[in-house]
Amino acid sequence: MCSLEKRGNLFILTLTGQNVEHRLNPEVLSSIISALSRAKAESTRGSALVTVSHAKFFCNGFDLDWVNATGSKQEAQQRFDYSLDCLTQLVQAFISLPMPTVAAVNGHAAAAGLVIPLCHDYVVMRRDRGVLYVNDLEMGLKIPELYMAFFRAKTSGWALRDLVLRGLKIKGEELLKMGIVDAVYDGEEGVINAGMKMADDLARRKWDGEVYAEIRKGLYSEFCGMLGIASKAIGTPK
Amino acid sequence: MCTLEKRGNLFILTFTGENQHRFNPNLIGSLLSLLSQVKAEATRGSALITQAQGKFFSNGFDLDWAQAAGSEQGAAERLHHMVDLFKPVIAALLSLPMPTIAAITGHAAAGGFVLALSHDYLIMRKDRGVLYMSEVDIALTIPDYFNALFREKIGDASVRRDFLLRGLKMKGDEAEKRGVVEAAYGGEAEVREASVRLAENLGKRKWHGEVYAEIRKGLYPQLSAILGLTHKAYTIARL
Repeated sequence: MCSLEKRGNLFILTLTGQNVEHRLNPEVLSSIISALSRAKAESTRGSALVTVSHAKFFCNGFDLDWVNATGSKQEAQQRFDYSLDCLTQLVQAFISLPMPTVAAVNGHAAAAGLVIPLCHDYVVMRRDRGVLYVNDLEMGLKIPELYMAFFRAKTSGWALRDLVLRGLKIKGEELLKMGIVDAVYDGEEGVINAGMKMADDLARRKWDGEVYAEIRKGLYSEFCGMLGIASKAIGTPK
Repeated sequence: MCTLEKRGNLFILTFTGENQHRFNPNLIGSLLSLLSQVKAEATRGSALITQAQGKFFSNGFDLDWAQAAGSEQGAAERLHHMVDLFKPVIAALLSLPMPTIAAITGHAAAGGFVLALSHDYLIMRKDRGVLYMSEVDIALTIPDYFNALFREKIGDASVRRDFLLRGLKMKGDEAEKRGVVEAAYGGEAEVREASVRLAENLGKRKWHGEVYAEIRKGLYPQLSAILGLTHKAYTIARL
């Protein structure tokens, strides 16, 4: 599933998911949402979250074994739709987290699995291994409007086209050029250490978590608008 | 305060004095009436340059005036009031029937950066002054029309994130590299000269002001909607 550890001011979320590809099913998604709730409950000014995982995969998408382990095509579709709803709830939980977030991507992140690093404020990735891959086009699946809005919040222009319309498996260096990741590092230890250092540096700014989350939601205003997530104005400078 | 000067076809709006040129209801009122004057006197070939004297372009809203209300609630109300009063200034710039240039020779922060960003072209100093959205550092949320401005003017999501969520203080050379400003120059005089040159070059095109404004509004549909600006379709044959 996942684990949450606290080290000083840092919350470290480790994704293990279902099997070696760290795949997502409703149980896994729920456990990540619970972990984020715990981080939110224990957060203070100066908190930050870094999400990591180990070995070849960061997260390779939905657990299609679980989706297809039913009697009919109809039930499989229902399981898929339900997984998508759970993912949307997870995205909301990340977007409302009252602290800066960093994803340290050590390996492949594909389809639904790619959404997870992109929910973070900052993404650092391995230079030497791992790709981001939006495979909806290859699978013959339309990307839901809500997720198009999500991608539009993260990138635009030719980078957006290359991400969603070209079936590309994109490596770290290219993602850096596209502005989708913030930095690349060599080796799993390299990227995880860099992610933690970045989270630490951000935590030191001691931002008000509630205000931080509200400003962040504004960066996803189209996505939040489609979900009917309200904004709060905070007007007393501290 | 602020003054308006006409130099040939150029309108030059200047924040005068060595202070932070903070926006309080008085300065906002002056700005609005000067922009009305510019609009009334506009002709084909007009252009606007907005500039400031001293170390600051503008440091945003007058938070001292807000705090002088005496209570936390009072301060929040005064700030909210200034946010509302400022909206028509941005609307006026967005509908101004001529090209607009912000000549940024000092710090532009929060509302001050928003004012600069509401111009068609930003020219900045390389060696002094930063662009900065201070809100995250002082625990204020971003007003809806500020957000819409950033979303539609700054295409790069990581730049938007760096300004709004990271409180980055961006200098001129980085701003030029990342596409936030048109160009950055090595000193105050160079910035002012470059702004005048650009304004004159744009003015030479003798664009139809109303059409120019309509096309500009079309570039920023969400911002225009939030500001309550409507669209007009024009067909003017240029023979």
